[in-house]
Amino acid sequence: MNELIRSLVEAYGPSGFEQPIRDLIWPEIEPFVDDIIVDALGNLIAHKKSSGADSHPLKVMIAAHMDEIGVMVTHITDKGYLRFTNIGGVFPHTMLGNRIRFANGTVGVIGCDRVDDLKTIHPLNKHFIDVGATSRDDAPVKVGDAAAFIRDLTVQGNHLVAKSMDDRIGCAIAIEALKRLPSVIDNDLFVVFSVQEEVGTRGAETAANRILPDVGIALDVTRTGDVPEARAMDVQLGGGPAIKVKDSGMIAHAGLVRLMRQRAEEAAIPFQLEVLEGGTTDARPMQIAGPGSAAGCISIPCRYIHTPSEMVDRRDVEGAVQLLVALLTNPMDI
Amino acid sequence: MNELLKQLTEAVGVSGAEKEVRLLIRDLIADHVDKWSVDALGNLLATKRGTGKYPMRVLIDAHMDEVGLLITDIDSQGMLKFSTVGGFDDRALLGKVVQVGPRKITGVIGARAVHLLKPAEYRKPVKVDAMRIDIGAKNKDAAAGKVKIGDYAAFVTPYEEIVPGRAAVAKAFDNRCGCAALVELIRADPYPFDLVAAFTVQEEVGLRGAGVAAYATKPDAAFVLECTPAYDQPNDDDVSPNVSMGQGVSIYVMDRGTIQDPRLVAHLTRTASDLGIPYQIRQPGGGGTNTAAIQRAHTGIPAATMAVPGRYAHTPSMMISLEDYTNLARLADAALRELTPKIIGLSG
Repeated sequence: MNELIRSLVEAYGPSGFEQPIRDLIWPEIEPFVDDIIVDALGNLIAHKKSSGADSHPLKVMIAAHMDEIGVMVTHITDKGYLRFTNIGGVFPHTMLGNRIRFANGTVGVIGCDRVDDLKTIHPLNKHFIDVGATSRDDAPVKVGDAAAFIRDLTVQGNHLVAKSMDDRIGCAIAIEALKRLPSVIDNDLFVVFSVQEEVGTRGAETAANRILPDVGIALDVTRTGDVPEARAMDVQLGGGPAIKVKDSGMIAHAGLVRLMRQRAEEAAIPFQLEVLEGGTTDARPMQIAGPGSAAGCISIPCRYIHTPSEMVDRRDVEGAVQLLVALLTNPMDI
Repeated sequence: MNELLKQLTEAVGVSGAEKEVRLLIRDLIADHVDKWSVDALGNLLATKRGTGKYPMRVLIDAHMDEVGLLITDIDSQGMLKFSTVGGFDDRALLGKVVQVGPRKITGVIGARAVHLLKPAEYRKPVKVDAMRIDIGAKNKDAAAGKVKIGDYAAFVTPYEEIVPGRAAVAKAFDNRCGCAALVELIRADPYPFDLVAAFTVQEEVGLRGAGVAAYATKPDAAFVLECTPAYDQPNDDDVSPNVSMGQGVSIYVMDRGTIQDPRLVAHLTRTASDLGIPYQIRQPGGGGTNTAAIQRAHTGIPAATMAVPGRYAHTPSMMISLEDYTNLARLADAALRELTPKIIGLSG
């Protein structure tokens, strides 16, 4: 699974420009599903049909987002430096000295305007990207071009560190679960690799409008409270996948939370319960699409979210795969 | 003189009360469409059948509403209290002439003359809740005879081409520019597919009309015609100009509410380049248009925005380049004639 994760996290795919991720995922899942479509926004929607044993099978939607945070060029200076804006939650204190890559392969280094006082952090608009250009005319990119951060995957002990673990790790879990599922299942399963989550869970919204699921489960990362002077949160790396109870955009369906706990206990998968203050996932649009669905989220604890070094624990990842498979291969009485 | 822009900008249609603009546009298009209707929110929806070459429907949106004011109370002296409808810089309000209610009673947003201000007072801006509209009434009863609480008020700015054929000043170019261009598309020869025109309501208060229009018409793709703030006044050295008046059609890539469909953005820039129509990529980042609501309707709709850059947006005096306007209408027309199902991922 590490090689799959490596190819996913090292690929380029900021919100709105997820094509390379779609191209990676499609061949991985094609043998394990009945059909695949790409919708108008770019969501990759895979359908694994129900066995037909149940005349009214539950429609289950799984969502993991393909997009990552990034930047977009807003202006090119006379000297060829690029000013930029954020795509999703990009924070100024993670910028200086970072490297980014554009779709055409151009690599840029992020610098910032003169710092007179080390206590200040310049806002994004006082940073710039240096692509080695000397004027507006020889800049290899243009206003409106998007870039993503560059960082290799590091595997060290149980830890996996990379940019865009948020949420390529969710994509990897969904892919791995599809591979492990029996060829026939009772539920009508839709696995959605969604777009534009980081800019407002937009892709999952249109995908859910199409599927109108009975049950919606997002796979996404969540914060931890296990680093020095962290904001208190009862989730830690290595403690198992986190079953989301609530975040700032959604209260998970109580019956689904209960079922997730039950399946984890039956399969002896360590798990944690998650209450996230701030942030939400694709579970929110799934919950309120059409007539609504029973929605929840299996979260992967992750340190340093929205930095180029997002850290997860492979035991939590394995637990999430097992929990998802256990949910999908057993009756969903909620 | 561009009569279409003159008629449309001088009509009054603050968000939620777009009827006058709607009736005007209905009369402008009725003979050129196959059917039209008005939905529950007040959107004017019209269908112009195509040649039948491609079995698809393309929505073109232009919002009819403009920013304005809403009367909230009449005080004991007959002065009108008001709140704003849509986004305003309060400083742009003082001393402006407005027309109030269906009878278009003339009023002035009053302010104490500079002669009567203490130094500390004229250094800080007056907040909107301290402002009043003065309609010259001698007391509360006299005012109540002319206007009532809940009446809308709009600016009064006659359309003027201050440099004939080039620069024009009016209120409500945002978004009567888009409405005028859409009227021109409707009057043009049929397109290779059915065109659905949506003159939408309540954009300025949260893209409310467009979401409903997209839901009801369920198009295969959509373009939004807009007027976007030109930020090209003198400023610090080498900072982004956003878009500049007179430099061509503004094409969106990303704003606060959308990442525009990359295929349609590429189609617009390619079409503009092929025909030598000047365009500029609008600085990505803030702002938002009806594309945000349309793109997310149903199972998702490929959508993109093109706009005329307009200076002094959301004030009584907007300025546009008439060349930019003409280029918007040209680019919209050409992009539609060149649009194929393949571009948006449909077979056919």
